[in-house]
Amino acid sequence: MAWFRKDRRRRTAQREKLEIPADAWDKCEVCGHVDISEKFERALQVCPGCGYHRRIPGRRYIELLTDAGSFTELFTDMRSADALQFEGYADRLVIAERKAGPQDAMVAGCGTLTGIEINIGAMEFAFMGGSMGSVVGEKVARLADRSVQRSAPLVLVSASGGARMQEGVLSLMQMAKTSAVMARLREAGTPYVSILTNPTTGGVSASYAMQGDVNLAEPGAVIGFAGPRVIKQTIGQDLPKGFQTAEFLVEHGMVDAVVPRPQLRDTTARLLRMMQGLEPAGAAT
Amino acid sequence: MANGFSLDFEKPIVDLERQIESLRRMAADRELDVESEITPLVAKLADLRREIYRGLTPLQRVQVARHPRRPYSLDYINRIFTDFVELKGDRLFRDDPAIVAGWARLDAQPIIVIGQQKGRDTKENLQRNFGMPHPEGYRKALRLMRMAERFRAPVITLIDTPGAYPGLGAEERGQAEAIARNLEEMAALRTSVIAAVIGEGGSGGALGLGLADRVLMMENAIYSVISPEGCAAILWKDASQKERAAEALRLTAQDLHELGIIDEIVPEPPGGAHTDPDGAANTLAACLESHLGELADVEPEERVRQRAEKYRKIGRIVEG
Repeated sequence: MAWFRKDRRRRTAQREKLEIPADAWDKCEVCGHVDISEKFERALQVCPGCGYHRRIPGRRYIELLTDAGSFTELFTDMRSADALQFEGYADRLVIAERKAGPQDAMVAGCGTLTGIEINIGAMEFAFMGGSMGSVVGEKVARLADRSVQRSAPLVLVSASGGARMQEGVLSLMQMAKTSAVMARLREAGTPYVSILTNPTTGGVSASYAMQGDVNLAEPGAVIGFAGPRVIKQTIGQDLPKGFQTAEFLVEHGMVDAVVPRPQLRDTTARLLRMMQGLEPAGAAT
Repeated sequence: MANGFSLDFEKPIVDLERQIESLRRMAADRELDVESEITPLVAKLADLRREIYRGLTPLQRVQVARHPRRPYSLDYINRIFTDFVELKGDRLFRDDPAIVAGWARLDAQPIIVIGQQKGRDTKENLQRNFGMPHPEGYRKALRLMRMAERFRAPVITLIDTPGAYPGLGAEERGQAEAIARNLEEMAALRTSVIAAVIGEGGSGGALGLGLADRVLMMENAIYSVISPEGCAAILWKDASQKERAAEALRLTAQDLHELGIIDEIVPEPPGGAHTDPDGAANTLAACLESHLGELADVEPEERVRQRAEKYRKIGRIVEG
């Protein structure tokens, strides 16, 4: 009765195994959406599933907001001085440079956006939490000075936990310094677009980040004066859902619009052109 | 000072004060003349005060700056100015009792005075939110600064706050925006502005009234980007390291003067402003008057230019 007996055959893989590199796939840390990395990358690290905006380096914002090849970085040899000889600060600066690059917490320079000359600075959160010390303050001030001198609009992308406490009251005074140059910029009638990304709190939100002619914010970005943890501690209860998000700030009239990252370039360019009384990009010629 | 709150390091002072007082009481009861015994003790008390206050550590200065008996804005306003008329409200939302402001005269000259106001007891502290302003406080201040500009009157601000209030309503109504706006507008204000840190200069909440042509600081006042407790909690995950943080932050009047951030240190009576509020107010008044005099002759454009220039220079970087 062995006619129905099947020869046991060893199972072998029919297909050749594809070598998939470990980093070809990416998973959204918020919604769990899985997609090929390239798709995340093409969407500027915005999740194709839920729209969560991952943090991207300051230099990516510069690429995004300037015409290809037009950007020249300025003030590249500027470094933080440990003026107060603050315990542990010198070491932290070395570590931060190794991790995030030599530009301190802001990449600054000039370039063009749809052909118009702009001065642009983007904060680098990976450098000590994007904290504002003398270097950030000085870069902002010089960019604004340049904008006044050349009547070229200013674009600043913020991502910061606030003032850098290792520079003590010197960092606090950067709020005053940057505000004074912004007052001059406003007086000169040179446009300034401020873009607030996750997070923008403390001394940066309470100075130049909130002083744009137009303040734009990325979806979901936490924006506020005090950080959520401090508020929670003060009031002794959990914060309402969505408190201090970009959407919350628009609702309360503190920023002009929430703009998804893929539209930042176009929105900024259109605004700057209108503020300067120029034709739409690509309209003429 | 024999009654009421005293700090640890003030104990020898308080003991001696008690001793003098009981001697006086005894003398009064028995109708004795003890002046010859009291006079050296009073001299010793003055020496002791001077000695203790000369050697204060940064953290002890923080304690003095927060002393519950320290003169607050209204104490100075009532002693220094005449004709004070308090004006309330930001015309947008409500009045913020953590900031008092209005017209007043300094030696006949009309000025606008604006100060953060702490409460003297629990009830008043609840009303004044411990001197921690909401956005409407900063907006009221700005409204009055604009009024001062319109009527060509100088602005004097008195700074004394643990910080801008970190709460739900404050965030909803734009604490960051309110401070940012004040900074920008104060930078461009065409009238002269003098800021005096009289107690606690708590970070952005202090600076929101502090961008000025001249910044003065009472001898025992502090001015810092973060409280020593907050700094210690963040850096060393331990708020009890506040002594270490107070030293590192360089927050005393002496430090700020050395760093070129304030223009003058206003000396306090030996033993601190709380031991002699009248004396402290007199010295502050004289200082305010002399700075107002110096600023009076400057043209508005020049004043704004100089102010911007002054802040433009603050910061320490290495280049090249």
